[in-house]
Amino acid sequence: MRHVISIVMENEPGALSRVSGLFSARGYNIESLIVAPTEDHTLSRMTLVTSGSDSVIEQITKQLNKLIEVVKLQDLTENRFIEREMMLIKVKAHENTTREEMMRLSEIFRGRIIDVTDTVYTIELTGNSNKIDSFLEALGEKNIIEVVRTGVSGIARGNRSLKI
Amino acid sequence: MELTGAEITIRCLRDEGVEYIFGYPGGAALHIYDALHRQQEVMHILVRHEQGATHAADGYARSTGKPGVVLVTSGPGVTNTVTGIATAYMDSIPMVVITGQVPSNVIGQDAFQEVDTVGVTRPCVKHNFLVKDITKLAETIKKAFHIATTGKPGPVVVDIPKDITAQKTEYIYPDSVNIRSYQPTRRGHPKQIKKAVQALLTAQRPVIYTGGGIILGDAHEELTELVRLLGYPCTNTLMGLGGYPATDPLFIGMLGMHGTYESNMAMHDCDVLLAVGARFDDRVTGELAKFCPYAKIIHVDVDPSSISKNVPASIPVVGEAKLILKEMIESVKASELKPDDAAIKNWWQTIDKWRALDSFGYDQSDEVIKPQYVVEKLYELTQGDAFVTSDVGQHQMFAAQFYKFDYPRRWINSGGLGTMGFGLPAAMGVQLAHPDATVATITGEGSIVMCIQELSTCLQYDLPINVINLNNRYLGMVRQWQEFFYERRYSHSYMDALPDFVKLAESFGHVGLRIDKPGDVEDALKQAIADTGRLYFMDFVTDQTENVYPMIAAGKGHHEMHLKPDKVDAHDQRELA
Repeated sequence: MRHVISIVMENEPGALSRVSGLFSARGYNIESLIVAPTEDHTLSRMTLVTSGSDSVIEQITKQLNKLIEVVKLQDLTENRFIEREMMLIKVKAHENTTREEMMRLSEIFRGRIIDVTDTVYTIELTGNSNKIDSFLEALGEKNIIEVVRTGVSGIARGNRSLKI
Repeated sequence: MELTGAEITIRCLRDEGVEYIFGYPGGAALHIYDALHRQQEVMHILVRHEQGATHAADGYARSTGKPGVVLVTSGPGVTNTVTGIATAYMDSIPMVVITGQVPSNVIGQDAFQEVDTVGVTRPCVKHNFLVKDITKLAETIKKAFHIATTGKPGPVVVDIPKDITAQKTEYIYPDSVNIRSYQPTRRGHPKQIKKAVQALLTAQRPVIYTGGGIILGDAHEELTELVRLLGYPCTNTLMGLGGYPATDPLFIGMLGMHGTYESNMAMHDCDVLLAVGARFDDRVTGELAKFCPYAKIIHVDVDPSSISKNVPASIPVVGEAKLILKEMIESVKASELKPDDAAIKNWWQTIDKWRALDSFGYDQSDEVIKPQYVVEKLYELTQGDAFVTSDVGQHQMFAAQFYKFDYPRRWINSGGLGTMGFGLPAAMGVQLAHPDATVATITGEGSIVMCIQELSTCLQYDLPINVINLNNRYLGMVRQWQEFFYERRYSHSYMDALPDFVKLAESFGHVGLRIDKPGDVEDALKQAIADTGRLYFMDFVTDQTENVYPMIAAGKGHHEMHLKPDKVDAHDQRELA
């Protein structure tokens, strides 16, 4: 099963490689991993998407907790949570019909065209991974020039928080 | 007063109470070596290879409970320590490794003797640091000792660029550190302890299985008290030997691949298993699908990730073994429930039948020296009171099987990583920590040459180690597997062109003896043990075809042990519980 794990780590150099090293050393999957400092500059927040059986996920959370620099972690999937991913995408827009089609699709998915040339649109789109996948499908492979996805970031719904 | 980074490093070690550091100098570490030269309090032991430094520090740590300390230079100095660091990591040995690094301004430039120390060691350390700011140096070293020695212990590397060791700052060594992201659990959860005791007291066929955590956590007294209070059988892992007195009747021997028949059968048939400070290693469990099929498993460990890693635990208890066992003892004493005497008596009768098989038994010979016989004689002559280090292979198993350890920290071997070359340098650390004790290294002609250069260190520091080389001219354990599982195709397991070990020992300034008759074994050992001034290298020419029995082969369960051929009939008549 897919799990979204949120991690608060010391903002030290090498912290990210400890996490990625752990996953490769123990043969766990990483679907995506994103990291950035928080409002407290001594801490980084990481969102990691992985999959595995319950026992594998239990080991993953235990092994992550064992890393000296991990302050706190939460398996967001255990409760209700929100996930978002951002994508920047360049699509073909060289004929009038495709230009209109691309703009309409972008509007339907609540994307924003953030850069335009006479042959290319660059679109920004935010949503959960499903929405982004659907958008890509709707655009059609032949219209896509380049895709950049940030990977998933997540946060718990309601009053739950991962505050240190 | 302001001190240089090099002086601060040495002052930190002094203030941490470090007696010995094991090391080897080189360019990036020269400022530190200079600071070392200008003081008398911390004694430096110059090894002959950085791997030897880590194993010596490891032996020191295992035999004393204090952290071992290593000092090496950058680049090859670091890469040579990796085997020793990984050895300590697998067995959870507290160690602090200080490494010189090229100056900060050339890090990343492929400078002379540069290696990414933090990157190279990351997968085999508990934690590592690169010091980038001299004002953080003392605090970082304090953190390194704190992390290495608390929770589940392990090696910690502190990498210090050369320019940092030359800069100056005020020296303040903190008394303690608090790391917000590192707060190991100490006390077990009272409810879990209660549940565990309840399960233990209602058991019909209990087994208490303990590992290196008892030794590392200084919990042997509590373990002994609990086992005796309950009257239950106790088995130790290879790493746990000495955690429970081996000569006690409640001890059913080591378990696992080359453990006793009785301990493995008891594991298979038990209904309640109390595991303390053990990690269900594959050499202990055999095939997981066949492991303890009837047992409710209670697992006590300081490391939450050890619990339910390989075998799901019904009653997990996270915390320090010593504290949890103490509470279990109190709880057993206070409980109205008492062990089921009739069931336990019955259980012991079954175990005693298995025990009567004498699964370690071997055929003594007048012609050729049996390796088991040498270990037995060593045990007799030292009355079980020696420190015994070993390398890896058949000799290691014979040592574990035939030397009966009644005390913790006496049996020192590389259990997790299985590092050949460990025994001799580890013995140096043990002998330095215990100058008046008898220290023996049980080794083989394959392992000993992997760190043979340390004989030179032994001469320099007058370490009268008894090297017991069980020389069968084969990589014995490899040969045994080839005999059993590869139709006797002995691919590269024969040791051709061996050195003359007597001359080799003599050239290093030690005493060399070659013993090839069973009748001479005792005298040689007596002579070596009695001479407390010199290192004896005893080259015992042993039986080439001796195998380690019994054995659980890959994919087999505890109840499917491979016995010495003449004991097989008894095995077939085993009564299922």
